[in-house]
Amino acid sequence: MARPIVEARGIHKHFGALHVLKGVDLEVAERELVFVIGPSGSGKSTLLRCLNRLEEPSSGSVVVDGIDMLDPKTDINRARQRIGMVFQSFNLYPHMTALGNVTLALRKVAGKSRVEAEALGRAALKRVGLADRAGHTPGQLSGGQQQRVAIARAIALEPRVMLFDEPTSALDPELVGSVLEVMCDLRESGMTMIVVSHEMGFARNAADRVIFMDHGLIVEQGPPVAIFENPSQERTRAFIGQIQRH
Amino acid sequence: MSTWDRFVDTFFNARVMAKYLPDILSGVVVTIELAVLIVASGLLAGLALALVRALAIRPLNWLIIFIVDLFRSLPPLVIIVLIYFGLPAAGLSPSGFVSTWIALGLVLMAFAEEIFWAGITSIPRGQWEAARSTGLGFGQTLLNVVLPQALRLTIPPLTNRTIAITKGTALGTVVAVTEILGQASSAVSNSYNPSPLMMGSAAYVVLFLPVVVAARWIETKFAWKR
Ligand SMILES: Nc1ncnc2c1ncn2[C@@H]1O[C@H](COP(=O)(O)OP(=O)(O)OP(=O)(O)O)[C@@H](O)[C@H]1O
Ligand SMILES: [Mg+2]
Repeated sequence: MARPIVEARGIHKHFGALHVLKGVDLEVAERELVFVIGPSGSGKSTLLRCLNRLEEPSSGSVVVDGIDMLDPKTDINRARQRIGMVFQSFNLYPHMTALGNVTLALRKVAGKSRVEAEALGRAALKRVGLADRAGHTPGQLSGGQQQRVAIARAIALEPRVMLFDEPTSALDPELVGSVLEVMCDLRESGMTMIVVSHEMGFARNAADRVIFMDHGLIVEQGPPVAIFENPSQERTRAFIGQIQRH
Repeated sequence: MSTWDRFVDTFFNARVMAKYLPDILSGVVVTIELAVLIVASGLLAGLALALVRALAIRPLNWLIIFIVDLFRSLPPLVIIVLIYFGLPAAGLSPSGFVSTWIALGLVLMAFAEEIFWAGITSIPRGQWEAARSTGLGFGQTLLNVVLPQALRLTIPPLTNRTIAITKGTALGTVVAVTEILGQASSAVSNSYNPSPLMMGSAAYVVLFLPVVVAARWIETKFAWKR
């Protein structure tokens, strides 16, 4: 097997007295889609945020695309360009248009000229089906559209990995589909993705591997069918049963 | 002479007014100069302090908070007097004009810092995280993402505070600044007639009413969007 594109080893994270991650190992191969599930508070978001160092792990190592993310000598801003992140609450910049949101980092971090950045930004918006919304501000867009702009903002930088933290949880049910569709397209284009979500249907269709986390540890992982139909751990079984009842 | 005529002769004496109009006008110029200097330097210094405070360097922040609280709690008149009569002891002798400028500039700086800081901290953490996750640095995020949103929120309280402090230019009279009130009151004592004071009041209204009206307009404009 080729070298994994994401290699996290022995990740521990403490928030004061709270031990949130208790030694998580995660390897993700290129083009793989890893789907992460687990109860609230199990540390899923914290794990994602340790991968691009939005959160500083208390110990462990994180290597993404060959770059040691925790090395103080690493240019973290450069490294983060290769790791796209999509948040539950979109976090679009409300004072900028959709195009402004997508081009900001292209201009300020990637060093593109305004013309270049806008061309790339429009292409990214087109990929998420929002070519005609470039001039709209977030306030003028639906939740689903906002989240797609957020995805465009991340993919415009041509990341090697994309992290999704509950990308559809804040959306009205009828808007979820449009975002999942964009994520499926992205997956088909070969993007490596780590997705924290409750969308089991999406996981069945698109995930290569499902990881179940509980109390800061990976309890069980495997192909979607194995985890959903036939989990080996009691805790996984209980969790899957619980969410399928909803 | 009727009572009315006497009233007009006392408070709106045409001869006195004509005589002292040039003085009042030169006072207007001084007030405008002083106000512009105070607003520009006070707001800039306040913004600079708020930006430094965002760096979250502990001892520096304690110092900023101390300075800000000090100048917010001292009466502006006291600060003017302290600078004017106190600095000569340190070998500097600022004019009344400069003393008033520095004092009110410091007061505006202190209030502006608090207002800017409140604006910066009110921007959700998710904005920082989204920007940082795309590779923007701390400063780039502050300048491009956080500050533009924060400034919007600060405009109404900032205009109010700015108006209140620029009106304090009248305090400059105690250190012999020849601004509107200073000119008017010396004209009053030279002419034994209060008419120049009426002119001075009119000058303040002419000067500040448009600013107050503009501030009201800005406030409503920025209060509803978001
Ligand atoms: N910045 C922080 N400071 C203190 N505690 C934190 C912080 N961030 C997360 N936590 C705590 O860490 C634990 C794990 O949080 P995390 O957000 O990773 O869970 P999660 O699995 O994503 O949960 P959810 O499904 O609710 O999003 C929680 O108990 C949370 O309260
Ligand atoms: Mg979470």
